[in-house]
Amino acid sequence: MSHPAPIIIVGAGHAGGRAALALREQGYAGHLLLIGDEPHLPYERPALSKQLLLDSQPADACHIGSAEQYQAQAIERLAGVRVAAIQPQARRIRLHDGRELDYHRLLLATGGRARHASLPGADLAGVQLLRTLDDAAALQPRLQAGQRLLVVGGGFIGLEVAASARQLGCAVTVLEAGDRLAARALPPLISEKLLALHRARGVEVRLGCQIAAFRGDGSVSAVALADGELLACDTVLVGIGIQPNTELAAAAGLAVGNGIRVDARLRTSDAHIYAVGDVCEFPCPVSGQPQRLETWRNAEEQGRHVARSLLGADDAYAALPWFWSDQFDHSLQLAGQLQAAANCVTRALPDDGVLLFYLDAAERLQGACGWGAGNSIARDIKLAEMLIRSGKALPAAALADPASSLKSLLKGVTSV
Amino acid sequence: MSHWIAACDVDDIEQEDVLRFDHAGRTYAIYRAPDDQFYATAGTCTHEKVHLADGLVMDHIIECPKHNGRFDYRSGKALGAPVCVNLQTYPVKLEGGRVWIALADA
Ligand SMILES: Cc1cc2nc3c(=O)[nH]c(=O)nc-3n(C[C@H](O)[C@H](O)[C@H](O)COP(=O)(O)OP(=O)(O)OC[C@H]3O[C@@H](n4cnc5c(N)ncnc54)[C@H](O)[C@@H]3O)c2cc1C
Ligand code: FES
Repeated sequence: MSHPAPIIIVGAGHAGGRAALALREQGYAGHLLLIGDEPHLPYERPALSKQLLLDSQPADACHIGSAEQYQAQAIERLAGVRVAAIQPQARRIRLHDGRELDYHRLLLATGGRARHASLPGADLAGVQLLRTLDDAAALQPRLQAGQRLLVVGGGFIGLEVAASARQLGCAVTVLEAGDRLAARALPPLISEKLLALHRARGVEVRLGCQIAAFRGDGSVSAVALADGELLACDTVLVGIGIQPNTELAAAAGLAVGNGIRVDARLRTSDAHIYAVGDVCEFPCPVSGQPQRLETWRNAEEQGRHVARSLLGADDAYAALPWFWSDQFDHSLQLAGQLQAAANCVTRALPDDGVLLFYLDAAERLQGACGWGAGNSIARDIKLAEMLIRSGKALPAAALADPASSLKSLLKGVTSV
Repeated sequence: MSHWIAACDVDDIEQEDVLRFDHAGRTYAIYRAPDDQFYATAGTCTHEKVHLADGLVMDHIIECPKHNGRFDYRSGKALGAPVCVNLQTYPVKLEGGRVWIALADA
């Protein structure tokens, strides 16, 4: 199957890069163009707040594919090139330099950009954001031992940077407006454990903290709180979430909610345009409600799924939401849905670890969240995912009992 | 040339499970398959340096605890993104109730 006009992918990040490679794996032999405004090969972002800051992994280890691989597979890359507009009727895009390109199918994988604090002094040098490899390269040299880092926002990016900076010997303070950490994603018990870990490792965490302004002469030297207190610092990291890059889609008249609206095949309101990753809002396989996820697995799986959709497959995207975060020598993982559950069962693990199971009224598992040292909870969360998919009713007592193996629950040979 | 090293007791690993074994500054993963055969591979994932022994064994597959990269631990074969580099495997023998793996001489 070959068409004169190419499949064009806009956004050469995680989902865009994965989709390009997957299209070739799926046998697409036609013209394929991957356009991104970053100068880099497509890459995975999770290491930016962890291994890259700790200098335990080189930047190119994050790459998805190599330059040779894209070349060998005839995936044409335009790097450092911004797409300025889409003309859906003409099936054409316009690049920032005015060039126009026709497409057969278009995939929007434009991700999101880090939100900036709209406060006085936000443009001072040393007030950093973290979304890209270039952001990480700018932040890393500022995290020398003895430097003072103020983190604005107690979400995952802020906390991961705080943990990395603390490990590098910085004095770190986290300022969070809400009354607990990562409240949007995490159950209160896990927020508490995160808080305890950060405090135990010497991070100062202030909850319910309102910031008034960033102060400094050219370069930031303090953060002023709403109550007048001044906190001195050398660097500020603002981690207050992302803004999905929906503008291209909105200007082209595509349906946009909290992200670019797509159906279960990841197709937008225009039959020739698809969207994936952080930028898209897709129907939750369980509730049907539109949801937008900002996770590694979502980018990975949607990138692969959309390759099949683009080539005509008709199966619905139904992957379970899954997310992890690493902080110091601990990790957390979250699978499925926690919100709609009727009942939560807690299993305490050694070394202050914990698994939380979220059951519906019929005692079927809907979601699970785990916290513990190293990757100790990974195996159980993976089994929890399989238990969620199995749709089996599960005895709460067995879930709560550390001695009962989830694998045997899955295989139906429960000992209870 | 290679030499045999005792990695663990046969009873240290349950069926369909994996155990971490560290030796001479390197780390390995020892598997006991559902059919009671034993296997050994390099101990860390080929995507990032993560210990596979924290992962889940199902049949003949080890799934990495970090991003769920999957390998067939019998051959070391990487079964698709995000893992694309195969795992090194090592010969295994059982003797005297212990699991031995053959390591190349340094
Ligand atoms: C520091 C950090 C740590 C993270 N850690 C974790 C973690 O531990 N676990 C987890 O599950 N997830 C984590 N994530 C989230 C994960 O990285 C994202 O969900 C994922 O990168 C989303 O992929 P994407 O392809 O949708 O977007 P991106 O990877 O952001 O790619 C979008 C690309 O499109 C480009 N683009 C946008 N508009 C245009 C245009 N008009 N023209 C051309 N190019 C354009 C952008 O510049 C960008 O390169 C982390 C993210 C960050 C930033
Ligand atoms: S570290 Fe194993 S899959 Fe990523």
